[in-house]
Amino acid sequence: MASLPVSTTINSDDVEYLCHADESLLDVLRDRLGLMGAKEGCGTGDCGACSVIMDGRVVCSCLVLGAEAEGRNIETIEGMADGNTLHPLQQKFIEHAALQCGICTPGFLMAAKALLDTNPDPSEEEIRFWLAGNLCRCTGYDKIVRAVADAAIVMREERA
Amino acid sequence: MSLDTTYQGRNFRSVGTRPLRPDGVDKVTGRARYGADFNMPGQLVARILRSPHAHARIVRIDTSRAEALKGVKAVVTAADLPDLTEGDQGLFNTLENCMARTEVLYDGHAVAAVAAIDARVAKQALKLIEVEYEVLPHVTDVDMAARPDAPKANGTAPNIAKQTEFGHGDVDAGFARADVIVERSFLTEQTHQGYIEPHACVASCNSDGTAEMWVCTQGHFVYRQTCASLLGLDVSKLRVTSSEIGGGFGGKTHVWAEPVALALSRKAGRPVKLVMSREEVFRASGPTSATSIDVKIGATKDGRITAATAHLRYSNGPYADGWAEMGAMTSFACYDLENVKTVGSEILVNRPKVAAYRAPSAPMAAFAVESAVDELAQKLGIDPVEFRIQNAASEGTRSSYGPVYGPIGIGPTLEAAKAHDHMKAPLGPNQGRGMACGFWFNFGGQTCTDLNINADGTVTLAVGTVDVGGSRASLSLIAAEELGIDYKDVKAVVADTATLGYNDMTDGSRGTFSSSMATISAARNAIEVMRQRAALIWDIPVEDIDWEDGHAVARGENYGNLPPLSVADIAAEAGTTGGPIAGHSEIVADGAGVSFATHICDVEVDPETGSTRIKRYTVIQDAGKAVHPSYVEGQYQGGAAQGIGWALNEEYVYGEDGRLQNPGFLDYRIPVCSDLPMIDTQILEIPNPNHPYGVRGVGETSIVPPLAAIANAISNAVGVRMTHIPMSPPRILAALDREKAG
Amino acid sequence: MRYERPATIEDVTALLASGGEKSFVLAGGTDLLVRMKNDAFEADLIVDIKAIEGMSDVTRTADGFEIGAAVPCAALGENAELSRVWPGVVEAANLIGSTQIQGRCTISGNLCNASPAADSVPAMVAAGALARIAGPDGRRTVPVQDIPQGPGKTSLRKGEFIEAIVLPDPGPRSGDAYLRFIPRTEMDIAVVGVGVQLTLAEDGSIASARVALGAVGPKVIEATEAAETIIGTRLDQPALDALAAVCSEVSTPIADKRGTVDFRKQVVGVLAARAAKIAYQRAGED
Repeated sequence: MASLPVSTTINSDDVEYLCHADESLLDVLRDRLGLMGAKEGCGTGDCGACSVIMDGRVVCSCLVLGAEAEGRNIETIEGMADGNTLHPLQQKFIEHAALQCGICTPGFLMAAKALLDTNPDPSEEEIRFWLAGNLCRCTGYDKIVRAVADAAIVMREERA
Repeated sequence: MSLDTTYQGRNFRSVGTRPLRPDGVDKVTGRARYGADFNMPGQLVARILRSPHAHARIVRIDTSRAEALKGVKAVVTAADLPDLTEGDQGLFNTLENCMARTEVLYDGHAVAAVAAIDARVAKQALKLIEVEYEVLPHVTDVDMAARPDAPKANGTAPNIAKQTEFGHGDVDAGFARADVIVERSFLTEQTHQGYIEPHACVASCNSDGTAEMWVCTQGHFVYRQTCASLLGLDVSKLRVTSSEIGGGFGGKTHVWAEPVALALSRKAGRPVKLVMSREEVFRASGPTSATSIDVKIGATKDGRITAATAHLRYSNGPYADGWAEMGAMTSFACYDLENVKTVGSEILVNRPKVAAYRAPSAPMAAFAVESAVDELAQKLGIDPVEFRIQNAASEGTRSSYGPVYGPIGIGPTLEAAKAHDHMKAPLGPNQGRGMACGFWFNFGGQTCTDLNINADGTVTLAVGTVDVGGSRASLSLIAAEELGIDYKDVKAVVADTATLGYNDMTDGSRGTFSSSMATISAARNAIEVMRQRAALIWDIPVEDIDWEDGHAVARGENYGNLPPLSVADIAAEAGTTGGPIAGHSEIVADGAGVSFATHICDVEVDPETGSTRIKRYTVIQDAGKAVHPSYVEGQYQGGAAQGIGWALNEEYVYGEDGRLQNPGFLDYRIPVCSDLPMIDTQILEIPNPNHPYGVRGVGETSIVPPLAAIANAISNAVGVRMTHIPMSPPRILAALDREKAG
Repeated sequence: MRYERPATIEDVTALLASGGEKSFVLAGGTDLLVRMKNDAFEADLIVDIKAIEGMSDVTRTADGFEIGAAVPCAALGENAELSRVWPGVVEAANLIGSTQIQGRCTISGNLCNASPAADSVPAMVAAGALARIAGPDGRRTVPVQDIPQGPGKTSLRKGEFIEAIVLPDPGPRSGDAYLRFIPRTEMDIAVVGVGVQLTLAEDGSIASARVALGAVGPKVIEATEAAETIIGTRLDQPALDALAAVCSEVSTPIADKRGTVDFRKQVVGVLAARAAKIAYQRAGED
């Protein structure tokens, strides 16, 4: 099978790769580009562990073909912190003990970032429904919701 | 120095605080490496071919076409995993479960595996393996399997594979004295731990007989032992490293595909990466039992239980283990009963081999018993909390499973529930409140730690219990506490099997309990060494040196001019005082304190659709001593959420053909964020007398009460007593219709 | 397998016409990529339509809206005008899957996947939506209910694909609503779904109505008998009861892992009444 050349932008960097026509963006990120922060929990879009942001929308990278990334702008967990400065969401997840095993955490962070980028002051209900596509089996979501709400406060203060 | 493990009251300075976890930054930046995040040079990709039948004889397997496919480097079947189990039935069952031998025993049972240069070739190769099956009669339902005319699930073994009994007193006499008796039967469907990380490993067997494995597991030492036995390797030659683990909850206490990965690597002569798909996880790892339970409880008018019995039938998959036995042990553990008897029956069915799931077997038993207790209180017209308080076990009670309790938390959790604001909050239309209690044993087991004092006075703590929920933070706190130093100066790591002595796995809520005990012991040993080094530095007798707040302090007026020596001061002189400083500990951590919880739950039921929403939820549980309260709360909340999912929606659905119909997160419905309210927690601390800091295991008990708490709440909301878990909308609507029809 | 990303509709139809049986259109991919995960599924050709100009646009026309086949459902909810005019359709579209799925999935894809439980389809049927089909022989426009023919089967001919969904303006005093039943609050496939669209007469009685039922038959059911029970009424209790009863009656569900026959027949009536009330209220405010 011939591979397809793809030129895309990942975490603000120009990236080029070859992928098979039926290869998911998740497989490309993990197996070809070494960006293993996105996790495969199901491969069918049901768990959100592979969430990345594509052109401003959070998507399951397992349900995007690698070939579709051509010309798009992709954000992954590896690009979330600014060097050694954690994003407020990352910081609040640690402070609130919003992770236990941590396998779902990159996906939650990407989804929560997409939320706060568009809605700086979400209600608890808005947070819960926005994050319904990210499964966590450890925390019961309580501390995750608190961390997102707290990060929203920090981000609003930073903007003000 | 032997460890005095008895509880010594103390004013903690580190324990009980909430510092940031040491693995936090790795996990929020995507750098933490889980099972599938590791690669080796020359690595192959493995895939497993699985049975499409619930029960069949394997007539023939032809792998020749797969082997001939370009890019395929090895194909294995049972022939490549010869039976080396020497009559150890449990080990043989594990072997056969990893790779079917003469029969496939459930939908998803492995029959062959391939290792190829990439996933695409491996997938093609699977399609080229020919398996001829002779389909045999199957049985997947626990009650059907218990019938005398049922098809046998596994060979000629009886489906009722084993019975166990617990209890004391004379239950017939007890029931004769009862004024009111409740007798009911309950069903619970099979559920899965639902960890988000599928099983994954990289196995590498070398031509010199050594091997390595990177794997997500709750117990790498146990995996090493099992894999070495099944593969015929010396234990010392198999080095197992536990990855970060993406959830386990009991499901990663047992090998499933790891021996197959090793067999493929051995045959191919190359490293092999094997990652299960989500579908494989559901079909072929270890879910919990489906159960059928009969409960009978009698009480006098004034609310004293006179007798209680339970017969518990638990599906085990195709192999007999002790799941009903644990259900029988836990069922009445919350109560002080004069006359009690429980019988557990292990039932074989053509479903996957059951594995532990968080307080294994206890939630189903508690569902049955706590539902019946609630109904009994209703019939007696006694408040359900009050009724439980009247009958609760306490220090000195002989438990229904045998031992006599020490100081325990069931009474205090009930009193806390009674006093809780939640109990007094108003309820809206179609809303109801329920409560229930839960028990779990907790476990200690073999444990080993190394505590190394570094040259700068910081500490590296190597533990052998896998960190499933923040235990590296807790154990760092423990080391800091005992040494009298700052948390930030301790770094805890989970050591691999080649660098630390044997550890039992992280199960039975033992991780923090047992490793903290070993850590305290190791720290005390290190302190002893540091006192000796201080004696050399100061040239005074060691007897004159105390250890206070992280410093060696010379005692007595003679040494008034000697400033205390810090850990760093002593470590700096290590090279001239006898070499590196360390403390080690190898123990069997006995005395895990039993754990109790009481949960309160408000639900709202839509009477037109049978839909149930959790409106408010409170967990009250005894932690002994909460080492890192945030992660104790996390355990309480996580267990409650799993119990809520189990109560309302989660179930394995098998078709008439014996095949699993919902092997995915779409139709195996674990709670999502919008399903749940905040989960309030109240940590009680009734010190475990057998732990120096009073610590009890906290991980599991929180999954025990929710099934019954929610059933009791539904009963109070809409007046129907649900006896079948999950209480899904179709079941609730049907019950409401039956109620309406009278 | 081939992946193509043509720039014109003609190229799409030409590719599909020359491709084999295993040729698929890719818009959001939220169904297609799930199917590709299955070892038994094979595709020879995937035609990505997102590079085609206009395919990702919602266009306001003189008499309604045209929703390009590649418009993700999230974009429908972000379109204030569409949400105001067709709140039920937008709600239905926004119920599909998670936030992540919303960023990719399309109502054209939801229709072409031909699942009886597709959320947006009953809402579209109730709305009188049309599917504009492009094919090797030109364009044709059909009511959306003519597309699904049974689970996984559509009436599209070789080389054809849906280029846009057309939603007509409903006229004054109109309202629509979609409700579905799922066991959880999110992420589930509808066990039952009901779309209702109403237009009121000047006196406030229901002048016209359409009711469409999902997940209670092999394909969406347009329940004209059910709609008739409320036409001429002000949606009083007897009318609601009659609506519920007829919806239950005309449903032909199966029992499966998601629900029983009895449950589906009962709940379809409950949801029809509830959806009708919402649509009625919206029509009254219109």
